Formats: sequence, C-alpha cells, structure tokens
Amino acid sequence: MTHLPVPKTYKLYIGGAFPRSESGRVYEVTSAKGEFLANAAKASRKDARDAVVAARAALSGWAGTTAYNRGQVLYRIAELLEGRSAQFVEELRLTDGISAAAALKQVETAIDTWVWYAGWADKYAQVAGNANPVAGPYFNISVPEPTGVVAIVAPESDGLLGLVSVIAPVLVSGNTAVVIASEGSPLSAVTLSEVLATSDVPGGVVNILTGSAAEIAPWLAGHADVNALDLAGAGALDWVDLEATAADTLKRVLPPQNGVPAATLSRIGFFTETKTVWHTKALI
Amino acid sequence: MTTTQTRFLDYSPAPESTSILNLRESYGLFIDGEFVDGNGKAFSTISPATEKKIAEIAYADANDVDRAVKAARRAYDRTWSTMSGTDRGKYLFRIARLVQERARELAVAESLDNGKPIKESRDVDIPLVAAWFFYYAGWADKLDHAGLGPNPRSLGVAAQIVPWNFPLLMLAWKIAPALAAGNTVVLKPADTTPLSALIFAEILQQADLPPGVVNFVNGGGDTGAALVNHKDVDKVAFTGSTPVGRIIAKSLAGTGKSITLELGGKAANIVFDDAPLDQAIEGIVNGIFFNQGHVCCAGSRLLVQENIEDEVVERLKDRLGTLRLGDPLDKNTDIGAINSRAQLDRIRELSDIGEAEGATRWSAPCEIPANGFWFAPTIFTGVETSHRIARDEIFGPVLSVLTFRTPAEAISKANNTPFGLSAGIWTDKGSKILAVADKLRAGVIWANTFNRFDPASPFGGYKESGYGREGGRHGLAAYLAASPLGGTTRKAGQ
Repeated sequence: MTHLPVPKTYKLYIGGAFPRSESGRVYEVTSAKGEFLANAAKASRKDARDAVVAARAALSGWAGTTAYNRGQVLYRIAELLEGRSAQFVEELRLTDGISAAAALKQVETAIDTWVWYAGWADKYAQVAGNANPVAGPYFNISVPEPTGVVAIVAPESDGLLGLVSVIAPVLVSGNTAVVIASEGSPLSAVTLSEVLATSDVPGGVVNILTGSAAEIAPWLAGHADVNALDLAGAGALDWVDLEATAADTLKRVLPPQNGVPAATLSRIGFFTETKTVWHTKALI
Repeated sequence: MTTTQTRFLDYSPAPESTSILNLRESYGLFIDGEFVDGNGKAFSTISPATEKKIAEIAYADANDVDRAVKAARRAYDRTWSTMSGTDRGKYLFRIARLVQERARELAVAESLDNGKPIKESRDVDIPLVAAWFFYYAGWADKLDHAGLGPNPRSLGVAAQIVPWNFPLLMLAWKIAPALAAGNTVVLKPADTTPLSALIFAEILQQADLPPGVVNFVNGGGDTGAALVNHKDVDKVAFTGSTPVGRIIAKSLAGTGKSITLELGGKAANIVFDDAPLDQAIEGIVNGIFFNQGHVCCAGSRLLVQENIEDEVVERLKDRLGTLRLGDPLDKNTDIGAINSRAQLDRIRELSDIGEAEGATRWSAPCEIPANGFWFAPTIFTGVETSHRIARDEIFGPVLSVLTFRTPAEAISKANNTPFGLSAGIWTDKGSKILAVADKLRAGVIWANTFNRFDPASPFGGYKESGYGREGGRHGLAAYLAASPLGGTTRKAGQ
C-alpha cells in the first residue's frame, strides 16, 4: 500500500509562532512549470505590524545576549540546515525550476554563509570599534551596536540563499528582523523559519512574511518603530518611493542589489550604530 | 552670603578688542579660489548681541551653486583626486597651522557674528578647528588603514551644509575629513553666521590650496536645496535640524548619493544619588548652558534620582545665579546672545508652552541688555515625559528636570525619544556607568563629564538624530568607498 502524502500548510512566522495571515488570504505557489504546489499565506498590513511588534519585543533580549552566545546560535542554524538539506533541495527544485545539483549548491552556500557570519559575532566589534586617543584625561571607546528593528525585502531569486544572505548579517550584531520572503519562492522561506524556530533563535528575532512585497513593503518603510530598511530584493518595486517614505523616520536604507548579496563585513556594519563612551580619568 | 556673592561677582568689563579684525565691508562667494559676486540679493550679517550690521554678504542662487560645483568637479578631476595623499595631508597641516596663527582673530569674528562668549570661541571652538585639521591631515596618506580595505576611493564632490551654532567648527568637521579622503567641497555656511567661513577662505588662499578644492556659497534654504540636489554632487553632509534632515533624505531618495546627517537631539543627563555632586552640578550647567544651549547634543533633559532632586535643583539655581549674561566679547561672560530673533522666538514659544502644560519655570535673575537677542538661563521642574519641553528640541538655555527612582526607569525615560544623539551619566560607580551606557540608545555618552569633543572621537546619532559619524577613523568612512576589490567578503572554498 502506498503512503498518501500529507502536505504542509505554509504559514507566516511571527514572534516564534506560525500564524495564518490575519486577513485569511492565501496565494497559489506554483512550480516553474505552473503546477500547483501550495497555498502560502498572503501577509497583510496587520501581519506586518504584528511582526514589527514581535521584533521590537525581542530586540533587547537578542541584543543583550553575549556575542559568543549569538555566534553559537547562528552556527546552530547551520547545523540544523544541514540536516534538512534534502527538504530544501526538493522545494527549491520545484519552486525555482532548477536542477537538484544547483539546488544542493544553493543549500550548501546558504549553510556556509551562516557559518561565516556566525564566526563574526564575537569579532566584528574588534574590527569596527576602537579606542580613541583624545586630548584629555578621558577613557574613550567606540563600539558598534545593533541599529534595532530591520525590515528586509529578500531577493526574489534563490529562495533560500537570498533569504539567508539578508537575514544573517542583520542578526550578527543583535538586530531583529522582519523579512518579506521571495514572492515566487516562499516555500523554502517557511521551511527556514521552522529551522530558526528549533535552533535556539528566540521567538521574534526573525519574523518572516510571505505574500506581496509591493503590498507590504510600504507599510514597513513608513513604520515608525522600524530603524532600518534593506531593499536588497526590491529592485522590481517602486523602491525610490520606499526610500523616500523611510526618510520620514530617517531610517538607514540599503538600496536594491542585483541577485543575491555577497556575504560581506560591510553588510554587518551597515546595520550597526557606533556608540562612543567618554569616561573621566582621575588626575593622580 | 548673598552680599558676599554679589561683590565676588562684581566684575569690571573686560571686552576682547575687535581691532584684531580686518573685516571687509562686503564679502563675495568663494568659488574656484576667488571671491566672486553672487546672483542673489546680498544680505547683511548682524551681531546678535547688538543687532548692528557687520558686513554685506553675497547670496548664491542656483547658477552660482552650479558654478561652484563645476569648480569643485574640475579641481577633483584635475588636481585633488590625483594628488598624493602625502601632499593632500601637507595642505591640511598648513591650514591647521594658519588657523592657529589667526586663532584670536577667528575667535573674535565668531563671537561677534554668532553671539557666543569669547571664552568659548577662544578656548573651545577655534582650538578644535585647528585640531580637526591637524588630525585628518595625518590620515590623508594612511587611508588603507581606515577600515575599508586597501585603496579606498574618494567619492567626488561633497556638498556640505553647516549650522549656525558652531560655524567654523562644523565647517572643520566637514571639510577636514572630506579633503583628507580626496574629495572636493562646496559648503554652505548658515545664513546668520557666514563671517568666519569667509575669513577661513582667506586662510585657504594663504595656504595656496588649489582653486576649486573648497568653495563657499552663502545663502538660505534655496541655496542649500540647489546644492544638495545638484546632479553632479556625489556626497551630501548636513548638520542641522531633524525636519530639514528629513527633507534632504527624501529629496535624495533613489539618487545613490552618499548621505551623512547630524541632526537634532534631546539628550538625557542622568544623575544618580551616588554621583559626585560638585562635578555633576558643573556638568549639568555645562551640558545645557554651554553655547546658550545651541548645541544639538545638549543635556536638555535632566533625569535626577528622586531622593536628591531638591538638593540638585537648589544647587543648580545657586550656580545659575552666578552666571554672567552679556557681551559675548567680554572675557567674563558665561552666557552670550541667542543667535537670531527667530531662534529667540522659538525658545520663548516652547518655554511658554512648558508653563502652559503645567511645568514650573524658574529663570536666573540676570539683567537683560536692551538691544540684541537674550534669554536668561531657565529651569523647568515638574516636567512630565509627555510635555513638549521634554520632547522637542528647544536649542536654547532651557533645562527640563524629570525624576526617576531606579536605573531601569532612568534608562527607559532616557530612551523615550525619537532622538538618540547623546546622553550623560553621573555616578561614582563604574559598573553602573558601564551597564547604563550599554542600554542607552545614543551615539555619544559622557560619563561624569559632558559636551567633550575631540577630532579622534566619533560623533553622531542613533534613530532620528541622523546617520553617519564625524570624527575619528569612523568619520573617514563618510567620505570614502571601499575599492571594488576592497572590503571583507566571504570567499568560497578558502
């Protein structure tokens, strides 16, 4: 007797839970050949706002963990991703219409990207910060700190790697994120959220929305409790308008990129603020 | 006691002489190494202490701005971007030395035009101007170590707009790193304080800086808008109000121009009950009454632990009673003139709102001169976090006093603002300082001190206080881009 498959319901990932869209809306995800694969949740403005609330609530805890701890948690994601490799290959093959070999390569690159960024967690502050030799009796030091809540439009291509390439650098320094996943390739995003939920990433640190970026991104760009905006995958949207909207609250904005952003130290640094502390020295 | 204090404070006038100035009756724009006429309607700059005219200043319209940007582009292409870092640095060292040589003249001009006490312009502003050029001069041939990988690139032509509160110092913060990194500059001074930049232009001539490397266009908001929106500008650096910062960020959306914004603040100055109170009182006074409170990082919200509020407020009032308000050029003056009538109106308006909303107002008993723009040092007690005087940047000598009971409450109140530029912490417990400093969302934190500045120390805000840093190694990043092969990138298979 053959086993009748049990398909998964693909839902949002907000505050560590997997809710459906409050709007009750879904959209059809099809294979590259146009066959029905799943109904993904179509996030609404309310879902986006809920995600920002969750991300803000998680910020002080995540930013307050030790850098060593954050590095271990990010490394843990790589470990669990490795174990789920086959599932990601299957989903990417279907949604992106790529060969199993290409899908495997993407999964492997995603795993290595987590490992690379994980290692930076307890080092980037040493590279980006420094003591300052001021002309007076003061101890003076500059250190990078997380910017806060980062809203991200993930790349439309490479459903898994695109997502990892924009989430990982944001998490390294202790930011929390609200991410709009690739509209056409959302399945691996939802599966990645299952990995995050089981790899010691506290709920709310990463929130993943599936649906229409064109519909949700403007709400995030204008949201007063979002500190930065990564438009990596927004090249096909009216991203200039998003950047202009973000100016109302003086968000830090990273403009669109072609394809998947490379893993760079500057991507970590962009979502940090330099804090400089002066402390008096006794005159002895 | 009172009579002793009065006698102790009874100083004879000790004005700094203006004879050191060699001012012209009118100044042009400074474009391509020369003073030239502007197409706009010339305006007068006045002394805010006397409302008397100092000089006539040319006004740049969009065509003048275009001329200046073209000069900067030519200088960038032909001279500055191809010059060795060593030589760029040597020009900056020359400028630093010339500023030192003409320091007194610059200080007098600054106090005359801005209204700040001569002891501040002489001992803080101008020495820091020289220090800023000296610091960045040394960077010019060491850019590989700026943290952007080998061979970082300059950006091109930088459009810079500076405010009126520290006219020449803000100019130095902008120009020194820009030139060290290999950019050329078109800078717009504030329209109420154009004077020191024009004397500085003479210094650039004395330094024989190649024409077009630095250009000054004076004017108002329309001049600034023409400058930042000029299509041949690669970099925009602005220091000023948050509302104008928003407008600039909005108008530059999608242009790809690099932007640095240093905007408003509403800094919390947190005083714990175990603070060294003698120093704290001086620090609170310096935090909000330095430069008449015309300081974006001013400690305008005093958060004092509840059990010492009465003592701190009483001692503050005593101390404020000893401050001398008056002639900015008098060497004994502590509080100078408010920079303009418009700013005075804003301070008055917000103070009136403070009273109307229920806070208690106290102003130092000091004589206000008949002419000019003045505002007595003022303290509001009974301020609540929802009051506008606890939320809006007043940019004047007005302190709002709030209280807290626990460190957690202090942190939460300090962070309860869209701004995030600076903060102060006063306690003798080092571990408390470090724990609180970790949790404050502000770019500069002063522990048991306030309003310290140094060219080696990065300055800039979180949240709606803007983005980017000025000062230190971090300040270079605002004027450089990693070379295409530079920067740290993950390489597969290594």
